[in-house]
Amino acid sequence: MGLMDRHAIIEKNATLLLVGSLLVVTVGGIVEIAPLFYLDNTIEKVEGMRPYSPLELAGRNIYVREGCYLCHSQMIRPFRDEVERYGHYSLAAESMYDHPFQWGSKRTGPDLARVGDRYSNGWHVQHLTDPRSVVPESIMPSYAFLKDNPIEVKDFSTHLVANRRVGVPYSDDMIAHANADLMAQADPNADTSGLETRYPKAKIGDFDGNPQQVTEMDALVAYLQMLGTLVDFKNYDEAAGYR
Amino acid sequence: MKFGTEIVALGLFAFAALVAAGFGVDEPFRQHMWVLFIVLVGFTAVLLRNTSFARAAAVDPSAYMDGPIRYGAIATIFWGVVGMLVGVIIALQLAYPDLNIQPWLNFGRLRPLHTSAVVFAFGGNALLCTSLYVVQRTSRARLFGGGLAWFVFWGYQLFIVMAATGYLLGITESREYAEPEWYVDIWLTIVWVAYLILFLGTILKRKEPHIYVANWFYLSFIVTIAMLHVVNNLSMPASFLGSKSYSAFSGVQDALTQWWYGHNAVGFFLTAGFLGMMYYFVPKQANRPIYSYRLSIIHFWALIFLYIWAGPHHLHYTALPDWAQTLGMVFSIMLWMPSWGGMINGLMTLSGAWDKLRTDPIIRMMVMAIAFYGMSTFEGPMMSIKTVNSLSHYTDWTIGHVHSGALGWVGMISFGAIYYMVPKLWNRERLYSLRLVTWHFWLATLGIVVYAAVMWVSGIMQGLMWREYDEQGFLVYSFAETVAAMHPYYVMRAIGGAMYLSGALIMAWNVTMTILGHQREEEPMPGSVPALQPAE
Repeated sequence: MGLMDRHAIIEKNATLLLVGSLLVVTVGGIVEIAPLFYLDNTIEKVEGMRPYSPLELAGRNIYVREGCYLCHSQMIRPFRDEVERYGHYSLAAESMYDHPFQWGSKRTGPDLARVGDRYSNGWHVQHLTDPRSVVPESIMPSYAFLKDNPIEVKDFSTHLVANRRVGVPYSDDMIAHANADLMAQADPNADTSGLETRYPKAKIGDFDGNPQQVTEMDALVAYLQMLGTLVDFKNYDEAAGYR
Repeated sequence: MKFGTEIVALGLFAFAALVAAGFGVDEPFRQHMWVLFIVLVGFTAVLLRNTSFARAAAVDPSAYMDGPIRYGAIATIFWGVVGMLVGVIIALQLAYPDLNIQPWLNFGRLRPLHTSAVVFAFGGNALLCTSLYVVQRTSRARLFGGGLAWFVFWGYQLFIVMAATGYLLGITESREYAEPEWYVDIWLTIVWVAYLILFLGTILKRKEPHIYVANWFYLSFIVTIAMLHVVNNLSMPASFLGSKSYSAFSGVQDALTQWWYGHNAVGFFLTAGFLGMMYYFVPKQANRPIYSYRLSIIHFWALIFLYIWAGPHHLHYTALPDWAQTLGMVFSIMLWMPSWGGMINGLMTLSGAWDKLRTDPIIRMMVMAIAFYGMSTFEGPMMSIKTVNSLSHYTDWTIGHVHSGALGWVGMISFGAIYYMVPKLWNRERLYSLRLVTWHFWLATLGIVVYAAVMWVSGIMQGLMWREYDEQGFLVYSFAETVAAMHPYYVMRAIGGAMYLSGALIMAWNVTMTILGHQREEEPMPGSVPALQPAE
């Protein structure tokens, strides 16, 4: 019986066809994806990485909501021109707390992996409100409405708990202070010593120029200002990051 | 029909939506639940109005069930026009950013609406209705499960409406082509499993000994999409009364899971399923058997095995380990072979019927689809080579590649299948007008050529400008300068897209008139009637 004749058995049995094709399509995914959960260079720990502060996480959710990832990548490739334009190439560890990842697939606008500390808060607010007033060539939409939307905080700790359930090491202390930390980070007059121990290097202050309330603009700018600032590459061992 | 159970179930479902609208923890979720409530109440009202206590006519168990297929054909055209229109709008937004209307109609919210509308609403409905058409006719069996086909059809439309309105409200998981949030994903899973049962059940009750090759492709598409959808959308909601959820995986694992899904949404949704379409409608329209049975077996198994591995080529030079990138690249290049196996099998089916290209615009459309399939499955493996990808990644070249596949292959083969099915589904002698099909063909073809050529030029230009150094070793262009350079290409791209859209509008007109039972009086296609020769 030739191979083609034997194939007739599958052609006459729908269950065999179903199971056969399901088995055939599972192989590739298992071989490629499963090892990533165990290999050293994909689960490496790098000094400086910490979970997002509540305000940063809220800002990140706005970044996701507005589809920023459709035009901005957060993944610097190890090429001379990219490293000169955007900074050190991105490490796997730098997105270890990103549920979901925001590497993006298109650069209609520039990469944002290390945009933190590059511009002032005022520049970001102006740019998000009216992009062409600061970059005449820009084709970015306006996000002026973010300034008018106060952050909706019913119980922000549920967001930290959900993240903890998928593996982000938020401590009980962090969860207990979630709402207070969220408000304090955008308030220049608040006592932020607890916040700063929980989230080292967190940027604190009134981001949107309106100290009266914490808006979505505060959250988004707080997120943008911390992007790529956690790892100090002066202390980073390049050999350890070889992949 | 009394629809008793359906009305009660829908009413309860609507009530649950109302409760969720009242107690939702975030504003977008409450708005989304209002949308759901209104849709469900509307649907319940329609069912109530259609309730009739007269005894229903007995269903002939040997007749094909074509009701959901007729609805599916109309839905395909409707969503196609909507999706392409949104595509033209966002293309214009890139050229003229003042067209963004914040917050609901900004590019970032409309772009997922465009991709989901064309891939899942247009493509999905095309797959749904053709697969149910094909499986009945090649199995000589009525659809399995009574009203199950109606549940699958309407359930899928509800998924589309919830996904689309969610994007505009800012509800998204940010996973490209899998953006709907957790509760919409759960709904799609239910509908999809019902679709699998419907399709497999119909094959199981077939009266033919063999399962026809088109059904292998449809079946593998359905089962693989089920696997991809479930794994890629694993996530943890912050609240069961809120729209936000957090992906189960993070960073590099999340990226590869997403692109394992993303590439195989192309591989199985937009390729395997539409190959099933090709294997039925091309032989039917050409009135020729499939070129090679042996080739169809080899390319089926090779295609489904190899496609799954290709995902990492979306992550070249990222933080994904090198070995995974290289593996993805090698498999992507190997994938060229089964892809062209399918192309050859489709094209060579016209052996002995090539003359029909002159006289039959529907065959012309199908052949153009297969030609674009061949072209984009050559371009894809080429772009997956790491050195090529280092230039093409993050640029418009990728967008051009996707569109030559989506507009050229997926769009054209679907149009061909629709033109074939519609007169048969509504018992019409022929289409309203074959000349309008010719117009559609040329508008669509020229539109794709404009689109793809413009995106090649702009993508390669963009990639080269980013990496341009002067003799002193400084980068020549700021990012903003590369954005400014793109403007003329964005305008031309929108024109190409508008041409393609106008072709689809002509199809909508042609199909509507066909369904209404009109036949346009027109000259026959040149060459279709032998010219009289004067006697010597």
